[in-house]
Amino acid sequence: MSETQAHYYVPHHSHYSALLSAGVFLLALGFILRLNGMPPGVWSMLTGFGVMLFVLFRWFGMVISESVGDLYHRWEDRSFRWGMAWFIFSEVMFFAAFFGALYYLRVIAAPELASFDPAYTPYPNFTGAWPSSGPKGDPFTPMAAWGIPAINTLILLSSGVTVTWAHWGLLKGRRAQLVAGLAMTVALGLLFLGLQAYEYHEAYTELGLTLKAGAYGATFFMLTGFHGFHVTLGTIMLIVILLRSMKGHFSAENHFGFEAVAWYWHFVDVVWLLLFVFVYWL
Amino acid sequence: MSHDTPHDALPTGMKRWLYTTNHKDIGTMYLVFALIMLLTGGAMILAVRAELFQPGLQLMQPDLFNQLITLHGLVMVFGAAMPAATGLANWMLPMMLGAPDMALPRLNNWSFWILPPAALLLVTPFILGLAGVGTGAVDTGWTMYAPLSIQTGWGMDFAIFSVHMLGASSILASINVIVTILNMRAPGMTLMKMPMFAWGFLMTATLLIIIMPVLAGGVTMVLMDRHFGTHFFNAAGGGDPVLWEHIFWFMGHPEVYVLLLPIAGAIPHVLSAFARKPIYGYKAQVYSLWAITFLSVVVWAHHMFTSGMSVGGQLYFMYSTMLISLPLAVLFFCWIATLWRGAMSFEAPMLFALGFVTLFGWGGLTGLVLADAAADAQYHNAYFLVAHFHYALYPTTVMGVMAAVYFWLPKWTGHMYNERLAKVHFWVAFVGMNLTFLPQFFVGLAGMPRRIPDYALQFAEFNMLSSVGSLILGVSHLIFIYVVIQCVRGGAKAESRAWEGANGLEWTLSSPPPYHSFDVQPVVR
Repeated sequence: MSETQAHYYVPHHSHYSALLSAGVFLLALGFILRLNGMPPGVWSMLTGFGVMLFVLFRWFGMVISESVGDLYHRWEDRSFRWGMAWFIFSEVMFFAAFFGALYYLRVIAAPELASFDPAYTPYPNFTGAWPSSGPKGDPFTPMAAWGIPAINTLILLSSGVTVTWAHWGLLKGRRAQLVAGLAMTVALGLLFLGLQAYEYHEAYTELGLTLKAGAYGATFFMLTGFHGFHVTLGTIMLIVILLRSMKGHFSAENHFGFEAVAWYWHFVDVVWLLLFVFVYWL
Repeated sequence: MSHDTPHDALPTGMKRWLYTTNHKDIGTMYLVFALIMLLTGGAMILAVRAELFQPGLQLMQPDLFNQLITLHGLVMVFGAAMPAATGLANWMLPMMLGAPDMALPRLNNWSFWILPPAALLLVTPFILGLAGVGTGAVDTGWTMYAPLSIQTGWGMDFAIFSVHMLGASSILASINVIVTILNMRAPGMTLMKMPMFAWGFLMTATLLIIIMPVLAGGVTMVLMDRHFGTHFFNAAGGGDPVLWEHIFWFMGHPEVYVLLLPIAGAIPHVLSAFARKPIYGYKAQVYSLWAITFLSVVVWAHHMFTSGMSVGGQLYFMYSTMLISLPLAVLFFCWIATLWRGAMSFEAPMLFALGFVTLFGWGGLTGLVLADAAADAQYHNAYFLVAHFHYALYPTTVMGVMAAVYFWLPKWTGHMYNERLAKVHFWVAFVGMNLTFLPQFFVGLAGMPRRIPDYALQFAEFNMLSSVGSLILGVSHLIFIYVVIQCVRGGAKAESRAWEGANGLEWTLSSPPPYHSFDVQPVVR
């Protein structure tokens, strides 16, 4: 595996993992306390979140300085690529759980609930038609596909183009093209998030479409919400990569950080296409 | 080939363990953590068996009983069984593959250090509950079925976040294992020349990356239903509690193979070493592992035959489940053929390996009974089921791990362990295990339901036997701890090749091995 490289870089020790775990613990504990009617839990959450931010900042900083310090070569690079690919696969499976729930509730549960003998069911008038907030749910208007969601689809698809254009710039050694491409991608990401926020506002104030709106509301907000969260993370990652590109951290041969973020961004893009088809359109 | 001096300025004391990126240190921490969890989960179930010693409520009220059986399941599966296997992988994979360390050493450190806070989160409400604060730990059974998990007390919230953290830990550890296997093998070691253990763990890690994110999504839905008004599992809003069962068992069934496959990978090494013969049918075993991995993710709903599934669904899940017995039978055949006409000797690792092969066989065959949808309607949720999956899990996750631990202990510590005591450990565990679980098949067939703190008078004798057996089983682990401590502190020096029949790169390293296993990779022909 290491035809050209005799030594693999093994870091001596890592200061941050135990601290990161402590942060995660405080965040989770505080959230649980807060959910169970103990407002001071918020302080534990904030502390935990602060610790996590600090650690992530320092940890990634450490990795970046090792990368710039030329400690990583092709052998390590291959590990990082495999690692990122499998991480994205785990994210695919996370979204699969929610798409699976949508499929199950819409295709199996709703028709079955509607198929019971009217004399023996508490919900004799339930038809099982989708979109549905269930037999006892509040009325709502579903989100139309060909308004903001269609625009958002165009935005994300364009952002996939701009990040690829930036990659071409990187491969050809044109830093201006790299930076411009990344900046456009970040802008498109932010625009997407803004429109998504507007859409949520409209859903809550105009359409009666809330988390509480039965099976449709739950799957709609969990799918689009987790996607939006991933877009947020992806945008933050793109901003970091943009700043690093401006500093000249990447070369045509050595730019794993850029590619990892680009892969992640394409993954978020693909999830959105599925969302657009299965949540908004069909 | 490798230098023995650790890097300068290596932290010592507590900091060494907190900061370490060394696969051996992390492997040790995983194994010690698993042992602590084994004792914790064991103590919980001993209290349950004490309650079940006689009919009637003797020691505890049903709510405490429910918490204990739930925590026992979660602690044993996520706290003991999986970390034990990951500990073995951490120790052995770099040495077996000829690598300096795991591929992502810092990530390795973090995936371990998520575990202790996760375990703490799981048991915190239990301890608080004993002190009279809150509603106690999660009490739904480890399957956390909705709508009970939506309605129960705050222990469920702790369990949800604990599951999130445990899941993150195993996903990260799995990524590390896969990357190590794909990228860190010695030059010349093709995938089909890899040790069986690496194959077993490669399949396990793949499964974990497929299933753990789905469980994370599922418990998130439970959390949303509990606190944020969604209706994933509530029919009034168009949801369905059976959805939870699908999500849970999509994780829960492959989880069984997550626990089996590392052991199915390790056992051939042990059998081959003590039969002094090469592993029989290497390719057949590898292909069987692939088949098991694939089948395990498409059979989950055989846990749900009684949930009101269509007949077509029942037939599909019944036959696909039975199909798994084919690749498993290939594995059994290869294990036995490895022993065939071998010059066998019966040291402790061999005893535990043989215990695994025989007892796990019983677990597998009784599984075929339960896989039959018509029979399952009768046995489901009876003690027959409890006996079945303990015959499947105890031989794998405890006996299999013990076989591996005794096999590699001389390599890890540099000392031979006390063989006589280790054999005593095996026989006490073997007798205790069978005495605990064999009677449960019979009370189950006679109709005793599981997860109930009280039972009808006619089950009294067999339950008494079962409780005595569990105590014997508990004592066997104390012998184990004594043997390990004795071995760590001293004993006869172990050779590099501690067992004369053992093969593989790990036996070319000194015992104990150098700090960085292979600083320069060996070349495999």
